[in-house]
Amino acid sequence: MKLNKLSNLLLASAIAMTASTAVHAQSRDTIQIAGSSTVLPFSSVVAEEFGNNFAQFRTPVVGSGGSSGGLRQFCQGVGASTIDIANSSRKIRPNEVEACKANGVKEIIEVKIGYDGIVFASRTDAAIFKLEPRHVFLAQAAQVPQNGKMVANPYTRWNQIDSSLPDQDILLAIPGSNHGTREVYEEKAVVPGCQTLAEVKAMEKDAAHQFCTAMRTDGRVVEIAGDYTETLARLTAQKDAIGVFGLSFYEANRDRIKVATMSGVEPNQDTIISGEYPVSRPLYIYVKGAHIGVIPGLQEYAQFHVSEAMSGFGSVLESAGLIPLSDEERAEMIQNIKQKKSL
Amino acid sequence: MTIIAENPIKPVAAPSHVQQKVIASLNKRHRKEKLFRSLGLGAVLISLGLVAVLFINIFSKGLPAFWQSAVTLDIYFDPAIIKIPPKPVQQADESDNDFRQRDLSWQTEVGFINFNRLITDSLQKVLPDASKHRRDLTRMVTSGERFALRDMVVADPAIIGQTRTLHLLTDANIDVWLKGNIDRSLPDAQQQLSPKLREWADKLKAEGIIQNRFSLALFMNPDSRSSLASAGLAGAFMGSFYMMLVVILLAVPMGVAAAIYLEEFAPRNKLTDLVEVNINNLAAVPSIVFGLLGASVLIGWFNLPMSAPIVGGLVLSLMTLPTVIIATRSTLKAIPPSIRQAALGLGASKMQSIFHHVLPLAIPGILTGAILGVAQALGETAPLLLIGMKSFVASVPASPFEQASALPVQIYLWQGNELRNFFEARTSAAIIVLLLMMIGLNGLAIWLRKKYEKRW
Repeated sequence: MKLNKLSNLLLASAIAMTASTAVHAQSRDTIQIAGSSTVLPFSSVVAEEFGNNFAQFRTPVVGSGGSSGGLRQFCQGVGASTIDIANSSRKIRPNEVEACKANGVKEIIEVKIGYDGIVFASRTDAAIFKLEPRHVFLAQAAQVPQNGKMVANPYTRWNQIDSSLPDQDILLAIPGSNHGTREVYEEKAVVPGCQTLAEVKAMEKDAAHQFCTAMRTDGRVVEIAGDYTETLARLTAQKDAIGVFGLSFYEANRDRIKVATMSGVEPNQDTIISGEYPVSRPLYIYVKGAHIGVIPGLQEYAQFHVSEAMSGFGSVLESAGLIPLSDEERAEMIQNIKQKKSL
Repeated sequence: MTIIAENPIKPVAAPSHVQQKVIASLNKRHRKEKLFRSLGLGAVLISLGLVAVLFINIFSKGLPAFWQSAVTLDIYFDPAIIKIPPKPVQQADESDNDFRQRDLSWQTEVGFINFNRLITDSLQKVLPDASKHRRDLTRMVTSGERFALRDMVVADPAIIGQTRTLHLLTDANIDVWLKGNIDRSLPDAQQQLSPKLREWADKLKAEGIIQNRFSLALFMNPDSRSSLASAGLAGAFMGSFYMMLVVILLAVPMGVAAAIYLEEFAPRNKLTDLVEVNINNLAAVPSIVFGLLGASVLIGWFNLPMSAPIVGGLVLSLMTLPTVIIATRSTLKAIPPSIRQAALGLGASKMQSIFHHVLPLAIPGILTGAILGVAQALGETAPLLLIGMKSFVASVPASPFEQASALPVQIYLWQGNELRNFFEARTSAAIIVLLLMMIGLNGLAIWLRKKYEKRW
């Protein structure tokens, strides 16, 4: 008797659930965002403030997965089961735009939201590093030129590369290839460092690029697929390790890590804005044009993201570590969103 | 041992050849037994020690996070700052939709008010030198508290013009500083707080204006990234709750029904053997595979929403199903056949014998299996990462179809937060909450088994 009642109740609720599934599958009223873990903290702050400031919209949901992962999800197609915005710490690649178009994602609105620096940092009890791009290349390269020949990377300690560097084991923790940070690390530190070598200048362009980005595989360079906390854990475990972090992560953990200067410039907001610090990059959000007007609040969110109040000087995002756009760039971005200017 | 002591070998006759052999090997056998016992005891002690290390580590890190620095302030809801029109009231001839629109635009207007001013104004009363350091002043209290003040005004506009004594959470970095989670001897360049804020924090703490209070925020708030000090577990808790609801509603009845059919009704043939083998295989499938299935089938084909507890619940149901089936079947197997035979002998049908006699006896075992399955599902993380539940969700879900996080995923997310000094402790606190829920569920399973257990 009792058992019967219970099973009836369970059956009824199961039916009710299936029925409501059918109704809910049709539409979505929450903005879905995914992508770069560098952009994630900034986007999350904007999402939260957006939910708090606009009573008529729901708080957007922000996922991670790296720039490449986010853009792949973004390009899966149009519709409620695909994401609305991809966060990216690098520019979208031409082949990704093609993949998007092949899947029906034709309107891709590119919005630059600000800048971020990439820093090389070690534990606070480690030696002080004054790095040059050339040092970074020689530390991570698969092959280096020696006496006119290319030989497998012989360097095991930093002072072998340059006598001004500390006598310390070479151990680099760099972001995995799923991170946009990796591309910037290669383009702004490794490749420029590589191109200072006379042997490389003599090479053809493609061959040079391939040579410059080839990485040693003897365990001295570790690719970190996870977040910066994983890189930090690596530093905690290995005193000699040097990690690659975003500037904002370093600023939140200044008591645990210290930064290396690059070409004599210390990374901070000022040197990045002025362009003196070389390893910096713009951060982007990519908005799916076809979803504007379908997913409530999408255009408002994008505009809110680049608004002066949210990401200008003295704003919440600036104190979270984002380096603001210039006034002209900001005006251009707002214009692009309003006109739905697609790539 | 005892037998030998009671029946000593008679010394009169010389021990036979066989007896000599036995006596000679006796010591060796006793030694072996002793060695085995001490190895077993050692294994138990080592595992207990490891559990103790885990618990001590988590609790010593996590317990302090249940208490958080809060500053007690008399907040004056200044009418000069809060200038808003009266709250709209629904007119008799107004439709619900129109009223909602009007109410929303009124709320938006309230949102434009700078509620931080109320906080800084009352802080100025306790900090005499505050006016010279206005920038520092705004960083004393965590930024989410301004929304708490706004919500108070929205809920009851009559509060304007009144003074309320409130406990406001301090900024996460002030909590870190006061708890000593950052090295206090570090130079300014490596500190998170400005020298002035550190001085103020220590001063207010000494005066008792900042106190360590039990952190309700940890339980009442959803996750937050713009106001780290008010990040809480409410959203993740509700997400996990809805998922468990789905698991209990789907996996348990389906699993029990399948088990009863397979055990009591199904014929023994190749097909049922195949089904049985596959159920056992399913129980051994790594949970992440179910996540992939959920992502491609439930989200891809059935267009269920991403990051929603309904999808998580369905995926976890699939994972729990074999556990429930296997537990139920072994319970049914353990019911003596005499019960069934007695019922059948008295003229009951097969169905009656099972539902009236076998099942009631099997209920404690089935419940135990189901609860253990649910507890396992509660702690599962991997499949949820693949169906978008790794996202940052800053709201508490109101239904299983709204985006949510889950408790184990929240632990994973907090573990990855940039502000390590604050979130190391908070992550451990979340682990404690999850552990307590697991222990509670397992305790319930043991209690049910003990209470309804029948011995034959």
